[in-house]
Amino acid sequence: MYPDYMQESLKLVERTRADRLKIAKSGEKVFKPMTEKERGEVLSKFHPDYKEDARREVRVGPNKGDKITTEVADLLESHSRIDSSLFDLANPAYETDVLIIGGGGAGCEAALFARNEGANVIISTKLRLGDSNSMMSQGGMQASVNPHDSPIIHYLDAMGGGHFDNKPDLVRALVTDAPMIVTWLEELGVMWDKGADGHYVTKAGGGTSRRRMLSARDYTGATIMRVLMDEVKSYPDDIKVMEFAPCVELIMDDKGQVAGGVLYDLDTEEYSLVKSKTTIITTGGFGRLHIKGFPTTNHYGATADGIVIAYRAGAKLLYMDSVQYHPTGAVYPEQILGFLVTEEVRGLGAQPVNKVGELFVFPLEPRDIEAAAFIRECLERDKGIKTHTGRVGVWLDSPIIDMLHGDGTIKRNLPAMVRQFSRFGIDITCEPMLIYPTLHYQNGGIEINERCETNLSNLYVAGEASGGVHGRNRLMGNSVLDYNVFGRRAGINAGQRSKQVKLGKLTLNHINRYEAELKNAGIKTDRISPILLPDYTPKEVKDRQLTAHYEGTLR
Amino acid sequence: MGKVSIFIMGKRYNVPEGSTIITALEYAGFQLKRGCGCREGFCGACSTVYRLPGDYKLRTGLACGTVVEKDMQLVQIPFVPAEKVIYDISKLTPSVDVFQKLYPEVFRCLSCNTCTKACPQNIEVMDYIQAIIKGDIEKAADISFDCIMCGLCAMRCPAEIVQYQVGLLARRLYGKYLSPKGEFIKTRVKEIEDHKYDKELSELSSMSKDEVSKRYYARDLDFKIT
Repeated sequence: MYPDYMQESLKLVERTRADRLKIAKSGEKVFKPMTEKERGEVLSKFHPDYKEDARREVRVGPNKGDKITTEVADLLESHSRIDSSLFDLANPAYETDVLIIGGGGAGCEAALFARNEGANVIISTKLRLGDSNSMMSQGGMQASVNPHDSPIIHYLDAMGGGHFDNKPDLVRALVTDAPMIVTWLEELGVMWDKGADGHYVTKAGGGTSRRRMLSARDYTGATIMRVLMDEVKSYPDDIKVMEFAPCVELIMDDKGQVAGGVLYDLDTEEYSLVKSKTTIITTGGFGRLHIKGFPTTNHYGATADGIVIAYRAGAKLLYMDSVQYHPTGAVYPEQILGFLVTEEVRGLGAQPVNKVGELFVFPLEPRDIEAAAFIRECLERDKGIKTHTGRVGVWLDSPIIDMLHGDGTIKRNLPAMVRQFSRFGIDITCEPMLIYPTLHYQNGGIEINERCETNLSNLYVAGEASGGVHGRNRLMGNSVLDYNVFGRRAGINAGQRSKQVKLGKLTLNHINRYEAELKNAGIKTDRISPILLPDYTPKEVKDRQLTAHYEGTLR
Repeated sequence: MGKVSIFIMGKRYNVPEGSTIITALEYAGFQLKRGCGCREGFCGACSTVYRLPGDYKLRTGLACGTVVEKDMQLVQIPFVPAEKVIYDISKLTPSVDVFQKLYPEVFRCLSCNTCTKACPQNIEVMDYIQAIIKGDIEKAADISFDCIMCGLCAMRCPAEIVQYQVGLLARRLYGKYLSPKGEFIKTRVKEIEDHKYDKELSELSSMSKDEVSKRYYARDLDFKIT
């Protein structure tokens, strides 16, 4: 139930619904899509990335001098958690062919394909296997599985969404591997949404020019992730999974190659060393940094750990100046602030409307454009709906979905959405959702090529931790595809490469070098990274923890 | 904001009214390492059991989606000991025999419905277990679809069934063997293997940003269903 003060606006939404439904049913676009010029204007004036303080120059490391997202620059200009002199590098606790850092979608995928190449694998993961944003993806995965679609059109859509900054070879890999990935996942037992004839149900997404989104109801990520985890756990002799054991630094050798990682046991607080011939970083993104104070859709563990340790070792980052705000995060009720309202809702026909029930934007613009348009509607035009806690949002008119496609469509296609809102007394089949942009995705990351190689020997990256695939703005359904395509490629390439690698003497000197660089740049800070977990302990509590010593967020 | 008193593992804390259990724990000063995951109801990390005053029922919920109530007593169940049976999905046949072999305890189901009552997703857990016993894998896959594998069903089951693993096996068997197979996907995969799009993709890859941009804004939008 929405509070009384929102009722008047809700009535206006209901009043305009019949007319909006008529336009939608006619097959016409319900609102005119923006031109290139209009897109540029709304982005530069309203997208949070374009605010004065959103970016700053990073003063150390491979991207020294580049302007990057302020919160990321802070994280990079921090001290290591460890004192390198305390480690006996001659006696690592574990040795393996391939070390995979991060147990989400890309990590599991990489593990399976590295194993296929005959490699032994260790997965180090901060929380449980599968604890990741991959598990949370709702809407779907893009693949050109319709006859009137093609990898070419998929390529163009992805490039346009990314404002043509995407690395062409990566996009090419993404779109050409996609249909094969669909089949591979299905052979493992992923239940895609299909018609009676077996043809995949496809939906439109923001910035796509065809219906290209395959889905598994609105549990797409979870459906895939559970199958991948089940597979990973099927080969305990070849794939060792170390949970609650995040990697806090990479290990190098005296030839400058990456040679493993330092793990930290979150339960017992012990450190251990893994020596590995090749290393794959699949740690995902940075939503839990709460950039510019935004709430986030991201997993508790999304703290950019992989970016930090790779950067300290000398890996180059790409597009770390760009943050994706998902246009539709929940604003009301306060308990689910920032919750993802999947793009599938708009894909099915739900319309964003303002406080007087008017359409104000084409519902399926690319995410950054759509998000900026919502912010404009609320801040500049004052047509948003305010909540009692001082937040503001626009309506996403979901009931229109059932009117367009028949009763029961919402319940059948969006069970997770119905469930989330009903826990708080809101029935999205007959009431709209109140939404506002929420921090969603790290567009940039560690630069890779189409083989998932970085500028460091033996270091591979896949999934959200990598940068270049999506340019400066990812389209819906391309992240699930990304971790599948590049997780697979990283696994194959790192697995094969591990057969040829000759490691030298292990060293952690790069950490000392980085410390020296911080000092030379005159950076004085008590920050420690990777932070591993977000900091939600209230200040009053911390003030009373008189004997606690915080290492980053952990005490 | 008003405060409400709750008991976390028997100890009283005053936490903000209206908060979810997870934010209440953090407000109280717990630094969560276990029992906290996606915080949006998809990962099953934050299973919680609780009782309310004057009520005999042992209730279950996800800490990320359950709002605190006055004098509720709660504890998190962040881990459920349960074996995942090892199998090679490509060597199984989609029939009830598979379950008899891999998860024989399924057939001990007492039809007590405790699993269903424990499910924070409101899944008819017992119904999908019964569907498997009857050999209806499609039905089991359908009913169990929204399972987040939090383990609360398995914790409560008097027959000691690990329902969430059984449901996953049913869905994998359905997805791989029983779901209807489309034709066009094979054509598309073959086209790509035969390098049908390579030439055009190479051209696109070597174009300037301006040229790609022109192609992009000139493309048609076609949302018809095929």
